[in-house]
Amino acid sequence: MKHVLLRHRDVPDIHKLEVYRKNGGYEAWQQVLKMQPADVIDVVKASGLRGRGGAGFPTGIKWSFIPKGAEEVYVVINTDESETGTFKDRELLERNPHQVIEGALIAAYAVGAKAIYNYWRGEYMDAAHECQAAVKEAYEAGLIGENILESGFSCDFYNHFGAGAYICGEETALLNSLMGYLGQPWSKPPFPAIEGLYAKPTVVNNTETMANIPPIIVNGADWYRQIGTERSPGPKIACLSGHVNKPGNYEVPLGITYRELIFGEAYGGGIPGGKAFKALLPSGGSGPIMIDEHLDVPMTFEGPETVGSVMGSASLIVMDETVNMVWATTKAIHFFHHESCGKCTPCREGTYWMEQLLHRIMEGHGTERDVRVLENVAENIGGKTLCALGEFARNPVLSSIKHFPEDYRALVQPSAEIPLAVAAD
Amino acid sequence: MIKKSYATEIEDILSRYPTKRSAVLPLMHLAQQEYGYMSDEAKREVAEILDLDPTHILSIAGFYTLYYEEPVGRYVLEVCNDLACALRGADDFLDMVLGKLDVDLHGTTDDGLFTVKNVMCIGACDRAPVLQCNLKFHEHLDEAKFDALVDQWRSDSAEQTSIVDQIIAGRTE
Amino acid sequence: MSDLVSINVDGVDIEVPAGTTVVDAAMRADIQIPVFCHHPKLEPVGMCRMCLVRIGMPVRDRATGELLKEPDGSVQYNWGRTLQTGCTVRVAPGMHVVTNSAEAKDARDDIIEFLLTSHPLDCPICDKGGECPLQNLTMAHGGGTSRFNFNDKLTNDKSVPLGELIYLDRERCIQCARCTRFQSEIADDPVIAFHNRGRHLEIVTMSDPGFDSYWSGNTTDICPVGALTTADFRFGARPWELTPAATLSPHDAAGENITVSTRREAKSGGRVVVKRIMPRQNEWVNEIWISDRTRFVHHFAEAADRLKMPLVRKNGQLTPTTWDEALTLVAEKLAATGEQAAGLAGDRLSNEDLFMFQKLFRKALNKNNNIDLANKRLAGGDVTADVGIASGSNLGDLGKGDTIVVIATDLHEEVPIWWLRVKQASERGARLIVLNVRETRLDKHASFVMHYAPGQAIAVAGNLLEHDEEVATAVRDADNLVIFYGYEGLSYDETDALARTLGNLLLETEHVGRPNNGLIAVWPRNNTQGVWDMAVHPGLTPGYRADRNPGLDANAIYAGAESGDITALYIVGADPVGDGLMPGRGALDFMVVQELFLTETAQLADVVLPAQSWLERDGTFTNGERRVQRYNPAIQKVGDSRPDWQILAQVIEKITEGSEKTPFAASLVFSKEIAKSVRAYKDMDYRTLGQVVEQFPKVGGDDLYYGGTSYANEAGIGQQWSASAESKKPKKPFDVPELDVTRPAGLVLLRVAALYTPGTLNQYSELLHARMAKPTVMLHYADADQLGIADGMSLVLRVNGTELPATASIQDGVPSGVALLRGFAWRKGLESAEIVKVQTPITA
Ligand SMILES: Cc1cc2nc3c(=O)[nH]c(=O)nc-3n(C[C@H](O)[C@H](O)[C@H](O)COP(=O)(O)O)c2cc1C
Ligand code: SF4
Ligand code: FES
Repeated sequence: MKHVLLRHRDVPDIHKLEVYRKNGGYEAWQQVLKMQPADVIDVVKASGLRGRGGAGFPTGIKWSFIPKGAEEVYVVINTDESETGTFKDRELLERNPHQVIEGALIAAYAVGAKAIYNYWRGEYMDAAHECQAAVKEAYEAGLIGENILESGFSCDFYNHFGAGAYICGEETALLNSLMGYLGQPWSKPPFPAIEGLYAKPTVVNNTETMANIPPIIVNGADWYRQIGTERSPGPKIACLSGHVNKPGNYEVPLGITYRELIFGEAYGGGIPGGKAFKALLPSGGSGPIMIDEHLDVPMTFEGPETVGSVMGSASLIVMDETVNMVWATTKAIHFFHHESCGKCTPCREGTYWMEQLLHRIMEGHGTERDVRVLENVAENIGGKTLCALGEFARNPVLSSIKHFPEDYRALVQPSAEIPLAVAAD
Repeated sequence: MIKKSYATEIEDILSRYPTKRSAVLPLMHLAQQEYGYMSDEAKREVAEILDLDPTHILSIAGFYTLYYEEPVGRYVLEVCNDLACALRGADDFLDMVLGKLDVDLHGTTDDGLFTVKNVMCIGACDRAPVLQCNLKFHEHLDEAKFDALVDQWRSDSAEQTSIVDQIIAGRTE
Repeated sequence: MSDLVSINVDGVDIEVPAGTTVVDAAMRADIQIPVFCHHPKLEPVGMCRMCLVRIGMPVRDRATGELLKEPDGSVQYNWGRTLQTGCTVRVAPGMHVVTNSAEAKDARDDIIEFLLTSHPLDCPICDKGGECPLQNLTMAHGGGTSRFNFNDKLTNDKSVPLGELIYLDRERCIQCARCTRFQSEIADDPVIAFHNRGRHLEIVTMSDPGFDSYWSGNTTDICPVGALTTADFRFGARPWELTPAATLSPHDAAGENITVSTRREAKSGGRVVVKRIMPRQNEWVNEIWISDRTRFVHHFAEAADRLKMPLVRKNGQLTPTTWDEALTLVAEKLAATGEQAAGLAGDRLSNEDLFMFQKLFRKALNKNNNIDLANKRLAGGDVTADVGIASGSNLGDLGKGDTIVVIATDLHEEVPIWWLRVKQASERGARLIVLNVRETRLDKHASFVMHYAPGQAIAVAGNLLEHDEEVATAVRDADNLVIFYGYEGLSYDETDALARTLGNLLLETEHVGRPNNGLIAVWPRNNTQGVWDMAVHPGLTPGYRADRNPGLDANAIYAGAESGDITALYIVGADPVGDGLMPGRGALDFMVVQELFLTETAQLADVVLPAQSWLERDGTFTNGERRVQRYNPAIQKVGDSRPDWQILAQVIEKITEGSEKTPFAASLVFSKEIAKSVRAYKDMDYRTLGQVVEQFPKVGGDDLYYGGTSYANEAGIGQQWSASAESKKPKKPFDVPELDVTRPAGLVLLRVAALYTPGTLNQYSELLHARMAKPTVMLHYADADQLGIADGMSLVLRVNGTELPATASIQDGVPSGVALLRGFAWRKGLESAEIVKVQTPITA
């Protein structure tokens, strides 16, 4: 398949403006500058593109929330990419930066923004050389800046770097961070589309979402809808890591099965050493664990939901039979405890408490009662947190206890008081 | 004084945002580059440039992991041992690094050259084990590659170009 | 006001203003949704998650807009997927809220359990114990036993000074951010913030000095747990041992309402002593805030060197004596002196004291009108009586469409609560015009700022409608116009002209006689307005009637004392010698001083009468908005001191040989004398002043977590008296005297206020010593250069033979040609002082 997003794999040096343009780059941009903004939004709506940041919100609809005629509007690219096991936005901006820039410019035109901020996680500074250079080239070529290509439309593009905080991937935390406040989320409403950056209407989209825009404009919504499924159209970059033979990014049409992705020769190529598959974290640390019997669901926004999981950012962390799921859960919860911003009570205290319990269990000092409490703490976090980080943190705990009670049982002392319920087995 | 050493760059950074406060992270990156860590002096300087109370800079410095509030070694090695990397041996790799450099986690070697930290996922899981040295990625590591890197870092000839200078200040060369 | 919205909470229908949050709406119906982070005065953040409730909205047909019905005919509701935080959701028509379901209670139990995983269980030794929402809610919601393994608890520093005034217990902090939000949203001093993240969030400060804000104490009131405490109160007492007394701040013209909590203590010899001062809610005056000066400056009242016995000069020595002997002597001397007697009073005294003072002279001494305010800095009481801010006003109502003018004053340093309320009005959209010689902190919030040359205040005020079109429009077309004026850089006569000029501006633009319009004098003291109202004035009688036989004013009295024209002088609550107004006793035959301390003036007296401080007695003060407010005793009297009004009444009784009896109580002075003689006070008595009305937000009571530990007001909100323009339109403009306002050539010295200026009352509060403004001469570069003065250089100010040490400070904001004197107590002649450089050897 020819890549729609990871085009650098087909076209060497596409990070250079000249090469990008030779291969159809910025054609979409030129086309858009002659369109009515509302028509641009309609095309994106028609394409069915859904946000690639994890939640899958329809991008065209999000853009249409920006109040018409608003004077100061911003577009923000979410390149915080800090979810465990996620590295797709990095590759896009490192190797094919113009496509993201072009997508963001189109977004800016569609909503009437005068500035685009690309918020990178600070750790990606080393991955930003090409993007910085690309921005410079695009400015020099008059593709960004004042009166772009004589269209009368002006827009700036700035790279902005965070400094190490997963929570800054959450859009309101990102905006707070970008405004120079503490990177903690705010309670929505207000939604960014109404009151975002500097309290002005703001579009926040994931980097990969932006990369989808130029091909949609050039090839049309119908072409785009031919890729993927009815409710999840388009290509998606999946990040494969952990126990697979060929970890890395794979651009696939949505709807491919997880089994194909993990075992297919074109993709993960199976588990190293011929070991057996044990578990999959389908969305970094934050999605519920999937087990072997789930692997035939299609990777779409709605597919994993049928087995109690999510697609999320499509960061697949694969674990073979040797992995103790209490250990894996402890790693995941350590992450969430470490990254909880502390703003809301259940997440701040709950992640800490869960990590304490997991450590005790891992160290062999736990009882069945501890597992029960752990499960209950995770349940109690549910529906009570200010942003989704707390919700994410419950997933590995609840799903590992559900699917792998024996891993817990092997580590804990029985407790007469509150026994660990003998699950389905 | 970043006000002196990055005068034009600071002006350029400030011009990108409608409020001065927005420049706090970039300026703190520069200040840390200049002072080695976010010392009180560094915090006060950033606060002064941005017309903020230094308390705000202190608050920000504590929130983000990339700002160091204590002095660090010349090379800060940040080894990822988060889940995806750990599945590919990152925990053992980290132990090896600590042992080789004879340093505690988050500690600095006696010669002041190396500080070793473990970090959450840095987006290079497919190339584990990985570390960042002063933000520069080093991927697909093993013991031999690490030894070679250490030799390079130790020999003064191993020049450390600053990624912060290049990316935040936009300095080329 | 805004539109009303009907909602239903737990089956109760209530109507609340649009924009109200669900939590606040429920509160109005006395349904308490527990909160920690929410505070009705702060922007909602929804972070503690304690207020989770189920919220349902009626479902409408998309096409027709009709309400959809359930099969049984009832309205269909969309109850949402999850519980919602009642503190962030604003009411909408038809909204249904369920707070008392099992689901909501479970959610609260869970949040409490989460909070307690990190919170220490040290209630028995916690300052907040007994008035702690977490403690109360744990009783109500917490599980019986903890599921949290005790060994997993984080331990943290329990006693971190954020500065000298405020301490933090890191273990107790529940990260609600009320303190940090108060500091940034309300105080505009964002000097505390969270450090780290997640479970490790902790409050820190990096300001110098730590927690550098005039408002820091308020954070201890609104902190929902015992994490923040004042150095003053820490471990001082348990809340339930305290007896509260409702009183007023004696420090400035705003009349902040406070509660003084006391306790009888063995270590103080069984005396009742002050343990803490906290705000008492008065939404018209100080809402639920007080400045740190109000909170921490009270120790003078209990100082060891308070006067405790009457003193009479015998053989040149002031010697303790009985009240009867002292009062008899005073009465005899005054009666014998007749017309050559004079009286000077201070403006910290209560209305009752001031009334009795003028009565002593006018009635007992046969229409002797030789009385005045001892230290006259700001004129215009007669102007505010006519066009002062109208009754029924509330600065908290000013906003969009309104304009506030502030001239010749630095509200932040002089009357901080007015600074705060003016700032908030500007944040609500009021246009703010700030006029002064120099920058003040209010400039930042102003839509127009002008720095005029010294002496130009009157001209600027007179030309306000001509100067700048935008300003003219803002003033002329304001829906409501309030003008604050002060005396910074002005002589007394100039302030008189300024007041009249501003009075004319208000008349011309028709901003008089209705609520939220009119003039406010930024009086130097808490009851300067009362001095005017009670007519401690040589030319007015109570109620602002001119006296046909005016007496001598303060200047003439000082001159008379010097020359011998005045032979007996009665000074109450003032220290003219210390203030440089009076060189000594001059040619006086007899001098009596009524005071708290043996001041410089008292040391020269023949009779010294020990008065009670405001904490030991009751009375009324009238604030700058002409609100008459009551205060009540908090502690026992010190020594054998008496209230000023009583001492004066006893002198009157003696002089009149019993025909004028001493009233039993201050309340009788008020109702029998003041209400009869002062027309504007005629509808008032202690009871009307003590009336309360329901205030919102509700604070105090058992819902402490809601508004914080500030006291509900059960002692009255006071009464604002009507300016004359409210009943009849003034016929003609005020006459403005022509004055020569030119300043002598050369550097103009100008004293500026500082909240903590070294002085008698402040010095007893040791906690504040480090924050006292250091005596400083602030100069512009050019002036400093010309004078050869370097930054930090030691200087001396020579004032009429007295030398005051000072330090030079060269600053950006100082206008050229002006030297700003900060950190000096007010003193006559200060502004014509000579600046002398101190020769210090230059060290390498
Ligand atoms: C804790 C948390 C972390 C997130 N991190 C990211 C991220 O790194 N990158 C991203 O694009 N979206 C992230 N999101 C989702 C964003 O909030 C937001 O939904 C997304 O940027 C919208 O872009 P899209 O519509 O293009 O997907 C995160 C959300 C949460 C709750
Ligand atoms: S110190 Fe008190 S007010 Fe401040 S965050 Fe902690 S609990 Fe809240
Ligand atoms: S979240 Fe509503 S009171 Fe804290």
